[in-house]
Amino acid sequence: MSKPVLQVTDLKKIYGQGEATVHALRGVSATVHRGDYVAIMGSSGSGKSTLMNILGALDIPTSGQYLLDGVDVSKLSDGQLALARNRLIGFIFQSFNLIPRTTAVANVELPLAYAGVKPKERRRRAMEALDVVGLADRGGHEPNQLSGGQQQRVAVARALVTEPALLLADEPTGNLDSKSTDDVLQVFDDLSTAGRTIVIITHEDEVGARAKRLIRLVDGAIVTDVRQSPIHLPPVGPHPAGHSYQPPAGRAAVYSGGRHSQ
Amino acid sequence: MNFFEVVRFSLRGLSANKLRSALTMLGILIGVAAVILLVAVGNGSAKTISDRIEALGTNTITVMSTGRGGSSSTALTKDMADALIDPELAPDVKSVSPVVSSSSATMTYEGTDHSVATFVGTTPSWFAASTTPVGRGSAFTEDDVDQGRRVVVIGQTVAEELFPGVDPIDKQVTVGGALFTIVGVLAEKSSTGFNDSNDTAVAPLTAVQQVLTGYGALTSIIVEATDPDKVDAAQSEVSTILNQKLDVDSSSTSTPYRIQNASSLLETQTETADTFTTLLGAVAAISLLVGGIGITNIMLVTVTERTREIGIRKALGAPRRVILTQFLIEASLLSVLGGALGVAAALIGSQFEIVGVKPVIVPSSIGYAVGVSIAIGLFFGGLPAARAARLRPIDALRYE
Repeated sequence: MSKPVLQVTDLKKIYGQGEATVHALRGVSATVHRGDYVAIMGSSGSGKSTLMNILGALDIPTSGQYLLDGVDVSKLSDGQLALARNRLIGFIFQSFNLIPRTTAVANVELPLAYAGVKPKERRRRAMEALDVVGLADRGGHEPNQLSGGQQQRVAVARALVTEPALLLADEPTGNLDSKSTDDVLQVFDDLSTAGRTIVIITHEDEVGARAKRLIRLVDGAIVTDVRQSPIHLPPVGPHPAGHSYQPPAGRAAVYSGGRHSQ
Repeated sequence: MNFFEVVRFSLRGLSANKLRSALTMLGILIGVAAVILLVAVGNGSAKTISDRIEALGTNTITVMSTGRGGSSSTALTKDMADALIDPELAPDVKSVSPVVSSSSATMTYEGTDHSVATFVGTTPSWFAASTTPVGRGSAFTEDDVDQGRRVVVIGQTVAEELFPGVDPIDKQVTVGGALFTIVGVLAEKSSTGFNDSNDTAVAPLTAVQQVLTGYGALTSIIVEATDPDKVDAAQSEVSTILNQKLDVDSSSTSTPYRIQNASSLLETQTETADTFTTLLGAVAAISLLVGGIGITNIMLVTVTERTREIGIRKALGAPRRVILTQFLIEASLLSVLGGALGVAAALIGSQFEIVGVKPVIVPSSIGYAVGVSIAIGLFFGGLPAARAARLRPIDALRYE
C-alpha cells in the first residue's frame, strides 16, 4: 500500500484556559488513503470544523501529529506551510470565500499565480478547471454575478486547479439549496471517479451517504468509521429518490490524468 | 512569483475598488495640497508686506502732525519744512519735501469727471524721496513751485480714466475750478492693498494750496536722508529742530508730531515676517498632522477591511512576503499618486490669488508634505497588512 495522503495521530485541540477551557478535539486518529472519498459528520460543536481547519493547515493542533503526504506539518516553516497549502491542499469553504470584484477565472488562477505558473499556462489550466465544474462560459463573471451554487463550483475549480493531493471541503453545501447542492456533489462524485482524494465535512445525511467512507464525530472524538463502498470503485452516487441532475458524461475525464490519480 | 506579477496583483487590487482607491488618493491629495498652499499663502503675504514697506523708500522719514484739526501751535508749516534744510543743524538731511494732500479733488477733461484719490501738492524733491519717478513727460520744477504755476503730473489710473487712447501731456484739465496743464505721467507703481497708488496727481505745493487746500497746515513733511545708514541721525536732527520750533519741552514724552521711519518699519517687517514664519510652521505642522491622521485612517480601514481577503490568499498558499509586497505596493502607489496630484493641485492653486494674497510656493514645503504623506501612507498601509499576513489563515478568515 502506498503512503497515506493524510495521517493524524491523537490530535487534540484545546481552546481557552482555566474554567473556560473547551476541548474541541479529544485525541483523533485517522488515516486517509489515496483515492478515498471520506465524509466527516457530526452535530454542531462536535469539532468537525476544527479538525478540518487543522487538516487544511489553516490552524495548528494543541498536540498530536499530522502527516500530510508523509510530511509532518508541525515541523514546517511559514514559507513551507504556504507551499503545502498551495501544492498539496485544495480547500473549499462553506462561505465560498471568493475574492470579491475579481472575475471567476482570475479567482481560479490565484493559486497558480502563487505557485509561479506563467500567465498563459495559468489561464489555460484555469479554464480547464472551470470546464470540469461546468462553468467554462462564466469565466468573466464576478462573484456577485453568480448564484451561490455557481460560486461554490468556482471555489471547487480553484481548489482543484493546482491538482492537489487532497481536496478538503468544509460544509460545501451548507449555504446552498438542494439543486445547487446536487450540482456541487455531482462535481465531487466526478472528481472521486477520476481518482481524487476528497475529505468533506457535512451534517446532511444525503451528502454523507454518497461518500465511500463515513466518519462520525461526537464531542471531539471519532465514534464510528464505516466504509460504505470500495475505495477503488467509483462512488455510489445519489440515491434514486434524490436523483434530479444528470451531468454531461465524461467531464471529469479531463482531470483523470492528474498526478495524484492512480 | 516575480515582482512584476506582484505589481499586477496590486494594480488589480486597486482597480477592484476604484471608489475606495480614489477616496484614499483624494485624502492624501488634500493633505498635501493644503500644507503646500497654506505655507505658500503665508509666505506670499509676508512677501507682500516686505515689498510694500520697501516701496516706501528706505532712506526717508515722514513727519506727520498728530494734532487734531489745524491748531496753529501744533501744525506743521512750510516754515518748519524750510528750517529742516540746515547744513549745520541737520547735516544728514538731503532733501525736504513739504506735502499737502487732498482726497476730494475732482479732475475734469472735456466733460469727463474723475475723482482723484490723492491730490498731492509738494516740491520737486518729492519724486525722488517717495520713489515715485515720472514715466512720461517731466516733473514740475522748483521755479513752477515758486511761481505757483498750475501744472500737474498725473498717475496711470487718472491718465486711463480721463484720456483713454489719447496722449494726456499738454492737455488742460479743470481741478477745483482752475485750469491745470498736464506736464507728465507717473510711472506705474505696484498697488498696495486696497488703495490704488496710481490714482493720484502731483502738482506744485503753492498751486495746490491756492486752489484746493488753502494756506493752512501741511499734511506731512517727507525728509530724505543722505544715506540709508544715516536715517537715524537725520531723524534725531529733525526732531531736535522741530522741538525747538514747536516749543516742546525736551523732557516731555509726547510730541505734537509723529515721525515714521522706513528703516524702523523694515525692522518691524522683519520681525513680523519671523512671527509669520513661526505661525506658518505651526499651521503647516497641524495641517500635516491632520492630513496624516486622515491618511492613517483610510489606510487602516482599507487594509483591515481586507483582512479576510488576506486570509483567503493565505489559505490558497500565498507566502507572507508576497502578500506584504502586494499591500506595500498598493499603499505606495496610492501615496505617491495622491502626493503628486496634491502637488499639482497646489501648484495650480498658487496661480490664483487667495484672499487677496498671491501665494508664493516654498520649495521645501513640497518636500516635507510629500515626504511625510508617503511615509505615513506606507507605514499605516504596511503595518496592518504585515499584521494580517502574520495571522494564522483561520484567524484572518474569521476576522470581522
